[in-house]
Amino acid sequence: MADLRDLYQQVILDHSRKPRNAQKPKKANRLSEGYNPLCGDQIHLYLELDGEVIRDIGFEGAGCAISKASASMMTASVIGKTRGEALSLFQEFHDLVTGENGNSPSPSDLGKLAAFSGVTEFPVRVKCATLAWHTLRAALEGKGMAISTE
Amino acid sequence: MAIPTAVKVTPPRIEPFDVQRLRKDFPILQTRINGKPLVYLDNAATSQKPQAVIDSLVNYYRHENANVHRGLHYLSERATKAYEEARRKVRAFLNAKEEKEIVFVRGATEAINLVAHSFGRHFLKTGDEVLITGMEHHANIVPWQMLRDEKGIVLRVVPIDDAGELLTGEFQRLLNERTKLVSLTHVSNALGTVNPVRNLVALAHRQGIPVLVDGAQAVPHMEVDVQSLDCDFYMFSGHKVYGPTGIGVLYGKASLLEEMPPFQGGGEMIRSVTFEKTLFADPPLRFEAGTPDIAGAVGLGAALDYLTGIGRDRVAAYERELLGCATEALEGIPGLRLIGTAREKSGILSFVLEGVHPHDLGTVLDQEGIAIRAGHHCAMPVMQRFGVPATARASLAFYNTFEEIDRLIWGIIKADRMLS
Repeated sequence: MADLRDLYQQVILDHSRKPRNAQKPKKANRLSEGYNPLCGDQIHLYLELDGEVIRDIGFEGAGCAISKASASMMTASVIGKTRGEALSLFQEFHDLVTGENGNSPSPSDLGKLAAFSGVTEFPVRVKCATLAWHTLRAALEGKGMAISTE
Repeated sequence: MAIPTAVKVTPPRIEPFDVQRLRKDFPILQTRINGKPLVYLDNAATSQKPQAVIDSLVNYYRHENANVHRGLHYLSERATKAYEEARRKVRAFLNAKEEKEIVFVRGATEAINLVAHSFGRHFLKTGDEVLITGMEHHANIVPWQMLRDEKGIVLRVVPIDDAGELLTGEFQRLLNERTKLVSLTHVSNALGTVNPVRNLVALAHRQGIPVLVDGAQAVPHMEVDVQSLDCDFYMFSGHKVYGPTGIGVLYGKASLLEEMPPFQGGGEMIRSVTFEKTLFADPPLRFEAGTPDIAGAVGLGAALDYLTGIGRDRVAAYERELLGCATEALEGIPGLRLIGTAREKSGILSFVLEGVHPHDLGTVLDQEGIAIRAGHHCAMPVMQRFGVPATARASLAFYNTFEEIDRLIWGIIKADRMLS
């Protein structure tokens, strides 16, 4: 039986109550919007991309505890990473929460993000956990909007 | 003078509402989730089905199945009879004047689309106005927007107040000589508000404007008499009134249906076809192209029999008590805000809980075996009006109990302790 404590782990509750990077970075040069029409969750993700490197990242939006915590922890884990590193981290995270590919990555690869492993038991919540990541990918793959720096 | 002993005055027999006995009619209510008995409070999304409805579907496919209105053979005759019998039941259920005013469709959504397509495209021109309200389901917004984009009609919206009641003064103000249709919900699916439909119809009719009423959330919970309401169109979905999915009803006044062109073309809806010209059938068949959901109609007939057998007045009275109890209990939870507090309400409890997103609440309640809806309820403009992205919604049916309301309240308190 799925256990709520697996889903709402302490670190997730902590990030949902006090999200990190929940503001627009000063030098943001890229914006991507994520929206889940099913539940109304939305996120505006701002990146400061310096060539291939994510120098800074922040978000604004409204959503459930899982989507807020995921946005907060995603931003904290990709700052300073390259585009390629961030995208492969998303792949690992995606496999973790969907339980796809069977060989879920070892928690050490994902660090704190491993706390989202409980999401596999709650399939309807996978979209909440991955919204911020999908939005990040859109931004990194150039599908987001460029922000005027003026 | 002595009273003859043969004359006895018997007091009217008022049966108590035996909810436990009625629950036994619904096999799915025995389900256990995580070892806990199911508490089904998502009735505004769809209702559960009594055994009588399930049996009617099995019986139809086992004994009566054939295509309708075509075959000369025994089974076709039986199927046609069963299908048309269902139409008679719907007519009586809504107290429509004639059977030809009852069109079978897939559901309320298709019924509104049918009116937008057949009535709207045929009778409305650029600049004509359709008046809807601020509490409509997307099903009563989007078809009119599509018509607006195609025909250049103007869509106007009557605002609602902070309780979720329609501003009737605004309604009157917005009615004008360009208004060609009023299209409004009887009961709001997101707020529970019961609109004063009879008065609103009278106001529109005073200016010669026809009125469509979306009864999807009304029909399962109260008596509806389309002649008394005097509305021009009325629709509902079978699955919300204890019937099967895939079947619904459009009621239209005969005078209007007769003037309307078909919705879809195909078999069943024609009188004669050559490659040069097709003559259309009269209503209701004009609007029922193709093989209809015969079993669905039969099942709907069984559902309406079941509901009228209990008595819609008794159902309404019991649900009113449940709603009163649930409202009071929810209001007692600190940080909980009810969205939709109209004076006239049906059994829909939409709410937000400070610090707990409806989605998370839904997950915690689900673990307790309690089924509610969390989201925008296909009424995003209502959410915007109240400044919330989503609400949690518990919606009642006559098979819900006071104990289930208790379990809901404890579930919310548990979620609050865990998440906020």
